[in-house]
Amino acid sequence: MTTPTTTSTGGTAPVIDQKLLAALSSIDRPPRPNPAQASFTFGWRALLKIKHVPEQLFDVTMFPIMFTLMFTYLFGGALAGSPREYIQDLLPGILVLTVAMITMYTGLGINKDINKGVFDRFRSLPIWRPAVLVGALFGDVLRYTLASIIVIGLGLLIGFRPDGGVLGVVAAVALLLVFAFSLSWIWTALGFLMRTEESLMAVSMMILFPLTFISNVFVDPETMPGWLQAFVDVNPITHLSTASRGLMHGDVDMTQVGWVLVACVALVAVFGPLTMRLFRTKQ
Amino acid sequence: MAQSPIGLAIEASGLVKHFGDTKAVDGVDLAVPAGTVFGVLGPNGAGKTTTVRMLATLLQPDAGEARVLGHDISKEADAVRSRVSLTGQFASVDEDLTGFENLVLLSRLLGYSKPQSRARATDLLDAFGLADAAERQVKKYSGGMRRRIDLAASIVATPDVLFLDEPTTGLDPRSRNQVWDIVRVLVASGTTVLLTTQYLDEADQLADRIAVIDHGKVIAEGTSGQLKASVGSGAVHIRLRDAGTRPAAERLLAHRLGTEIFLEHDPVALTARSADAAVVSAAITELTEAGIPVAEFSLGQPSLDEVFLALTGHPAEEHTDETTEEEAA
Repeated sequence: MTTPTTTSTGGTAPVIDQKLLAALSSIDRPPRPNPAQASFTFGWRALLKIKHVPEQLFDVTMFPIMFTLMFTYLFGGALAGSPREYIQDLLPGILVLTVAMITMYTGLGINKDINKGVFDRFRSLPIWRPAVLVGALFGDVLRYTLASIIVIGLGLLIGFRPDGGVLGVVAAVALLLVFAFSLSWIWTALGFLMRTEESLMAVSMMILFPLTFISNVFVDPETMPGWLQAFVDVNPITHLSTASRGLMHGDVDMTQVGWVLVACVALVAVFGPLTMRLFRTKQ
Repeated sequence: MAQSPIGLAIEASGLVKHFGDTKAVDGVDLAVPAGTVFGVLGPNGAGKTTTVRMLATLLQPDAGEARVLGHDISKEADAVRSRVSLTGQFASVDEDLTGFENLVLLSRLLGYSKPQSRARATDLLDAFGLADAAERQVKKYSGGMRRRIDLAASIVATPDVLFLDEPTTGLDPRSRNQVWDIVRVLVASGTTVLLTTQYLDEADQLADRIAVIDHGKVIAEGTSGQLKASVGSGAVHIRLRDAGTRPAAERLLAHRLGTEIFLEHDPVALTARSADAAVVSAAITELTEAGIPVAEFSLGQPSLDEVFLALTGHPAEEHTDETTEEEAA
């Protein structure tokens, strides 16, 4: 009999057989993990992916830096007299815009998992099924936090002075993270629906650009035509950006925070079940 | 190990799955005895993968029903999932993670504690000859190593039924042999294996029973020997010394054997479909006596390729885009 050796180990087939038999016979099947344990395990996977593919942090580092610098100095002089004055208003908004933009990558990650086949493995496990998505979103929340720290840190460097203090800034970021988590369910649903990364990217952009730019992030909506103002007024990004300004500068209108939370509940209530339905029926 | 009363690990009847207008699976019946290897053999697009995905609860059948280890795949999907594993046709581990991390991840998801998971991952990597590659990302693995980590991932908790979808497609012969060895060990330890393949010799080598599937239907089922016997006796392959004598040899053999003679591309080779061994040896003797020297001849059971040709009227390989025929069926 030939003894096929593996290039990596030099081990022989009979040795593999014995070890394999031992590995097979030493099993007692443990009880299945609860939903929280399974979700945290998938969160751990997200962290491992960041460790192995640090390039994927490019979007959460470069995007925020680029947006903050570009819009502050591009519009600052024209809109508010000076970049330094403009950034007081812009920064809370640009933070919202940046994080909303990078939530899109959640869908790309899921789409990649499906196309690569690893999703089939997870789906064939006897676990609480949403765990794979909830865990991925845990990892994403970490990325959003990192992006937030970069935007705020850079803002402080170039003259942003929040009157609301540390507590106000932290509260604004916390609200933003809740919103980003809720918004991500749109992308998980789209991640299942779209067949290729390219089409997913295109559709995500078509949603995100109007959603983030047709808001009060850059300019006061008063100069806009009425129909556009109507959209700005119902856009949750507008409420979030207003609430974020209020929290950071210490003059928050709690009804704005309330509207943001209503939007969060609505997003999860619609896109959560839709995502899980697509998950179950995915072919 | 719980089984249905008659010792079947998998029983399927009338499974149907449509994708749009295409009937991917068109009424598949299967009965897989526990503790055996069952081969589902068919060309690309025959419905093998769809069948396996339904049995592994990844797809809902449109019609028909199936029980795996006594559990209904639709109504008791969770119970099925906790007893089976699937190794898909494509990488079913996370390529960005290392081999070790992948196995720890799956161990944790199956409920093992952290120390248990690490021990399990180490044992399995060792058993599959991947200990040296433990800390390497799976995307840097060779094709054979990737297949082995896939298999290891499937047996983190030893499944009672293992589905292998084309486990050796694209592997070099040595890696293929390693996968075959692993499958044999798994079966020896009591696992039932259902494997799909488009390689006829793979089904021949591994499977106790084989279902031949074409256009979403099972067109034959049995042991390798039964399938071959159903086609009749084996073919005679003859090679002559001298190409010039082939027309004479063809005439003589056609007369003696009473069957059609095929002229191979090789100018000295002829093949006759089926013949009785005694008649063949008499015919060979006659060839020599007639001054037609025979370099070599062989008489064998029909290959599964010939089985496939006989059953379907077309060879196994050349048949990927006959969807119109499929829809008409």
